[in-house]
Amino acid sequence: MKASVWVKMDTWVRHLVPFGITLFLLLLTAIPTHAPGFSGIAPMLPLMGVYYWAIYRPDLLPAWLAFVVGLLYDIVAGTPLGVNALVMLLVQGTAASQRKFFLGKSFAVTWWAFGLLTAGAIGMAWVLISFIKGRALDVSPVIFEYLMTLSLFPLLTWTLARTQLAFLKEV
Amino acid sequence: MKQSGAAGRLATLRLLVQRFAFLSLIVASVALMILGKADILLIEHTRTLVADALAPILDAMARPAATIAQVTDNFHELANLRTENARLKEENAKLMHWQTVARRLEAENQILHENLNFVPDPDPAFVTARVIGDMGSAFGQSMLLGAGSKDGVRKGQAVLTGEALVGHVAEVGLRSSRLLLITDINARTPVLLEATRTRAILTGDNTQRPRLSYISGSPTISVGDRVVTAASGGAFPPGIPIGVVSSVTDGIVRVEPFVQRHRLEFVSIIDFGLGGILPFERPPPPERRRRSKEE
Repeated sequence: MKASVWVKMDTWVRHLVPFGITLFLLLLTAIPTHAPGFSGIAPMLPLMGVYYWAIYRPDLLPAWLAFVVGLLYDIVAGTPLGVNALVMLLVQGTAASQRKFFLGKSFAVTWWAFGLLTAGAIGMAWVLISFIKGRALDVSPVIFEYLMTLSLFPLLTWTLARTQLAFLKEV
Repeated sequence: MKQSGAAGRLATLRLLVQRFAFLSLIVASVALMILGKADILLIEHTRTLVADALAPILDAMARPAATIAQVTDNFHELANLRTENARLKEENAKLMHWQTVARRLEAENQILHENLNFVPDPDPAFVTARVIGDMGSAFGQSMLLGAGSKDGVRKGQAVLTGEALVGHVAEVGLRSSRLLLITDINARTPVLLEATRTRAILTGDNTQRPRLSYISGSPTISVGDRVVTAASGGAFPPGIPIGVVSSVTDGIVRVEPFVQRHRLEFVSIIDFGLGGILPFERPPPPERRRRSKEE
């Protein structure tokens, strides 16, 4: 059976949802929060988006889109161009290649793996940026950023899972 | 699932292409880092172009966030009304005394200016811009501002809030620009300790309290000393307040900036007609330089 144009378009728009959501998370991080103490250590929301979609719908947020998200992150955050692009790319690649392991596992396992992967990702960003800037950066804000990202993971996963159910159940 | 030979080969090919694409993306990001390190203009242009494109969206998103922040602020203020009032009364008494002193000094200063035929500093032009993006990354302290070269913003200009220095403009697009805070690891600000006139460089290290380095001479620096900009290098006009010394331990002097980062909603980008912090560009014209060297 051949799908009509409208059905195709509907599917196409639904397939844009993962990238759109991840982009929205990126812009959300960039909003000035005006909360004291928070301005130095915003959580890496787009990283969670990349991780989640790499496990559950790797076809809709493939490696090159993760790369694009990383590049945009670098541009908005003012970090050296390419650093977060590489980090996002590797997170996507690792998560997508291990996705068979995650499917059907409990949430705690996903969280634990996210913790490991994010530690690697943030550690790598730290090493790369220290290398580019030519001196070691202060570690404490990086650790705070890591903990913040980790503690927001359940909430984000719940939201993303809801989104997936709402838009991508059948397509 | 059964697969014919052709389809199987196609799948292998597809996997190979995917692997190749992944590897080339890795190479691309490493190449971008190297190009960025070499500081080529193309990278900066790309950055500003994308930032320009994102600016309207970020601007639209920043507005409701600011409103929410104002509402919560209001509640805070209501809760602390009584203590705040007591504090303000005390401060007011202190300031009244300072006002008397300042009036006397102003009159004296005016007489001295007249006697010396002093040429006053020109009033600087300024642009006020909204903070539209604050990524709050642990790896750098910068913000996106909603004004760019079409509003008269240029690279290196000083950014102030009220009277205090926030940082300087590091990148300029058409309608957005990047503000590098004085706390960023790349920020170097020539400063002066106001009381002792000791020169130093304020070095950011991504923490809330930047440190003083290259302190000239061996002065006694104590907690609470005011730090202001120095004219050296023709970067900023002298005397813009920055902060106070917050700690002196083992020869490491840290400065608490007056600027509260989370409170920044609007900033002024000021054109003092100086070169600004621009090591790689043309130095400011000589006559301006001479003026800025006087203190």
